Amino acid sequence: MKKTRSLVTWLIVAASAIFVLAPLFRHETESAFDLRDFGRLPVLLNGRIKPLDTVARNSLLIIHGRQTLRAEYGQPLSAIGWLAELMMKPEQADQQKIFVIRNPETLAALGWNSDAGKYFSFRQLFLHLEDIEQQAGLAQKVDAQLRSPFQRDIIKLYERVTLYHRLKNSLQVSGTEDFQKEIEELLKTVRPAPNPMDSGISSDALRRYAFLAETGYFFPIPPVPPASDPHQWRKMGESILSFVTAGNLHPAVQAYAAMATAFAAGDAGAFNAAVANYGGWLREHFAPRVRKADVESVFNSLQPFYSAMVIYVLVFILACASWLVWPQILGRHALSLLIVAFVVHSAGLGIRMYLEGRPPVTNLYSSAVFIGWGSVLLGIVLERFYRNGIGSATAAMVGFITLLIAHHLSMDGDTMEMMRAVLDTNGWLATHVVCVTLGYASTFLAGFLALTYILRGSLTSSLNQETARALTRMVYGIVCFATLFSFVGTILGGIWADQSWGRFWGWDPKENGALLIVLWNAIILHARWGGLVKHRGLMVMALFGNIVTSWSWFGVNMLGIGLHSYGFMESAFPWLIGFCISQLALMALGSLPPHLWRSSVEMQRPASARAVAATS
Amino acid sequence: MSTNTLAQSRALDFFKRLFRVLSSLRLTVVCLGLAMLLIFFGTLAQVHLGIHAVQARYFQSLFIFWSPPGSDWKIPVLPGGYLLGTVLLINLIAAHAARFQFSRKKAGIILLHFGVILLLIGQLLTGLMAQESQLRLDEGETRAYSEAPRETELAVIDVTNPDYDQVVAIPERVLARASTIQQPTLPFTLKIHRFLPNSQLVMRAQDALASSSEATNGVGVNVAVSEIPRTVKDDERDLVSVFVEVETMQGALGTWLVSNAISDPQPFTSNGRTFELVMRQRRFYKQFALTLLNFTHDRYAGTDIPKNFSSRIRLIDFERNENREVLISMNDPLRYRGFTFYQSGFDNDDKTTILQVVKNPAMILPYIACGLVALGLVTQFSMHLTGFVKRRKT
Repeated sequence: MKKTRSLVTWLIVAASAIFVLAPLFRHETESAFDLRDFGRLPVLLNGRIKPLDTVARNSLLIIHGRQTLRAEYGQPLSAIGWLAELMMKPEQADQQKIFVIRNPETLAALGWNSDAGKYFSFRQLFLHLEDIEQQAGLAQKVDAQLRSPFQRDIIKLYERVTLYHRLKNSLQVSGTEDFQKEIEELLKTVRPAPNPMDSGISSDALRRYAFLAETGYFFPIPPVPPASDPHQWRKMGESILSFVTAGNLHPAVQAYAAMATAFAAGDAGAFNAAVANYGGWLREHFAPRVRKADVESVFNSLQPFYSAMVIYVLVFILACASWLVWPQILGRHALSLLIVAFVVHSAGLGIRMYLEGRPPVTNLYSSAVFIGWGSVLLGIVLERFYRNGIGSATAAMVGFITLLIAHHLSMDGDTMEMMRAVLDTNGWLATHVVCVTLGYASTFLAGFLALTYILRGSLTSSLNQETARALTRMVYGIVCFATLFSFVGTILGGIWADQSWGRFWGWDPKENGALLIVLWNAIILHARWGGLVKHRGLMVMALFGNIVTSWSWFGVNMLGIGLHSYGFMESAFPWLIGFCISQLALMALGSLPPHLWRSSVEMQRPASARAVAATS
Repeated sequence: MSTNTLAQSRALDFFKRLFRVLSSLRLTVVCLGLAMLLIFFGTLAQVHLGIHAVQARYFQSLFIFWSPPGSDWKIPVLPGGYLLGTVLLINLIAAHAARFQFSRKKAGIILLHFGVILLLIGQLLTGLMAQESQLRLDEGETRAYSEAPRETELAVIDVTNPDYDQVVAIPERVLARASTIQQPTLPFTLKIHRFLPNSQLVMRAQDALASSSEATNGVGVNVAVSEIPRTVKDDERDLVSVFVEVETMQGALGTWLVSNAISDPQPFTSNGRTFELVMRQRRFYKQFALTLLNFTHDRYAGTDIPKNFSSRIRLIDFERNENREVLISMNDPLRYRGFTFYQSGFDNDDKTTILQVVKNPAMILPYIACGLVALGLVTQFSMHLTGFVKRRKT
């Protein structure tokens, strides 16, 4: 019996492992071009060396809102397939309907009506570029927070078109017929001279390369070995111009030229050979960089946080089902699946830390990932103690929601940004930020445990007294934990501020938000110790903790002031309000007189008294 | 006689009840709740008032007043930071006085609350004693003073002697209040005609509609001044302007416009001595001098994202025979003679550094407090936890 049980557990684990790792074995079958290796080539962008695959995914996310192109917008493509086309076969890419315009005012301003649909190709937008630029120019003169939805939308569209245009002119000037031949001609005819006019290059070519140097979005050309200083990465145009003035054409220029020509001609063999050649050269001279880029592109294709989300949903369903049937078996399988999801979640977090060389939390995106991680860890600990499915269900819920939030936060592009000067200290990021974020995580977990208590108690009769008592202890324990971490984290933040700009406490909005969490947790504990609240009161208070924490995490950023404001997020505002209202509604539900609840959890009152109350 | 003891026992009763209220957990919860409200509204108010006004009005005050629109009434709506902090402090001390019993079980609680007391006292002392100012240095420049970025002073400088200047500095708040200013070392009286807390200056030639100037001497004759609301933005400064008349025993010398917007001193003579009038940021002189050797601003490759700022500085102190180079960078300040110099900003195409200068004698308290609270919390909760695990096992 025991053997079959563990066999089932192992089967579940194996099945989920296959699910998680499957993307690695899914080759791009649609084309003969080796786009996977092309996507692994490292380039410099926004101060970080990353594989082309990351550039492709983030750019497509910004322009199109997704990481892949589906068939309905043209031809189905992966992100790197789309980028390859855009850079090396732009006339084809220009026909993909990748620009999504939803705002009817924007459509009208560009002379379209709603019949035109929502999806547009660059070719269609091309005729309206002047309008877009002019409208965006008008909108940019308005203060960011005062812009109308149309103004924000048109600025976004302008930025998307600009990004598209820059990507298109990163490897070669868009419209180049045979880049390889062009470079070969250059090698033959140009006699490098300090003044480019003396080198024999035509003024037209000079202008083209200057354009390429200015417009190119990323830096594809690595330093000349043995140098490896990231400041020596060059744009394509810069590298060609430096050949014109100083000689020594960089081998990467020739490599990319060969790829471009082969890709445009549809010659998969030559393309793959050029990619393999250049990959070999890079491996020889920049082994550590190439390794990191490889890891990152594997990370990209695995999408561990997405897999974890799927498993969290399964865990939640299993754990909830365990309250109805087969509590033992379903509860155990829910826990083992939760552990699998946690391992996947941790692996994703760990790889990000390795890639960035940073502690886990560096921006709002990673704070969401880490809050989920912390809550799930605590939930697993609770489940190990109580084995009643509550730890699993709640942890899965928080894990899923936070990863969903993280997914939406990733829409702005690269989530591994470089840290601005004052934040550039791993010591404080590892202590203050991690502590505060764990404080968020535990306050949320307490709040969601309370949510479970109130929903189960008021709407179902499944909350028996034993479970109710266990939940009270869980919430109390987690609130203690939250107090510890949010307090220590907040004070560490004060000490960081004192160390960095001589002010222990400056009443900055984010500091105040963190202090609110500390105070609220302290109030819960004191109210409990003073006997001001009992079980349900504790739950209602813990639920309010959700509101306090979401204010501190997101709300203060929406004020658009202070040192910690990471940018105004108007799109998240309705969600935050909705969340707060839902929590208030649940608090009201939790405050209903006990006889209106379906479960009887008030231990103090004898059953007969309640029966009288119910009948009267 | 009996009425006397009755009154005594009543008084005793009252104090007992008061003590019970002051030491109650209920008061703690109420105070913490009010503190949350205060902080929440103090955060919201920053959008319109700016952080500095909010600090003074919400956190360094006894009450927060609200005026109904269109009236002069001031209705206290919330206790301010100082009042709440004090009540919490009394509550904490009273609670421990009432229920204090030392036992190993209570050690964590006592430790952590003592830490909180220390934290509150530390913040109160910081609010009262800390001094913040800024030091702006161009490359190659030497200065022995820092300036208060948000406080202005009117300097009347006697430059008669070529070897030294004699300065009388009049703080902004005196200018705002006083109508005449007399000072024993000055052979004249200053009459304040108009004080503008924030102003806008335009050359008269560019503003055809400007009324005639109140100034009779100096650059002010050609300048039109208008009062504007005080700024609430962190990165903007008020430009204080004052019309000041110089009056000697022999009669008035004339009226000058002095303003933060006019940086050149305006000279005049009185009794055969030469004086200069200039409005400047309030200065704090130090017993040592700093010279900026060079400023560096590193960026991440291929971006404008700042990676680090640092100032290479020569520190010269004749009293203590110090003459050495120091490097001040982000997260790595210079601490010297009770002052701490932090890298705060830069200007002028990376040729000027801005250092934040802080003197805070109570600086060490939060560190001790933090240690105590953390230790107390860990002790207390780990006791809970081990007790809980033991109970689960049995």
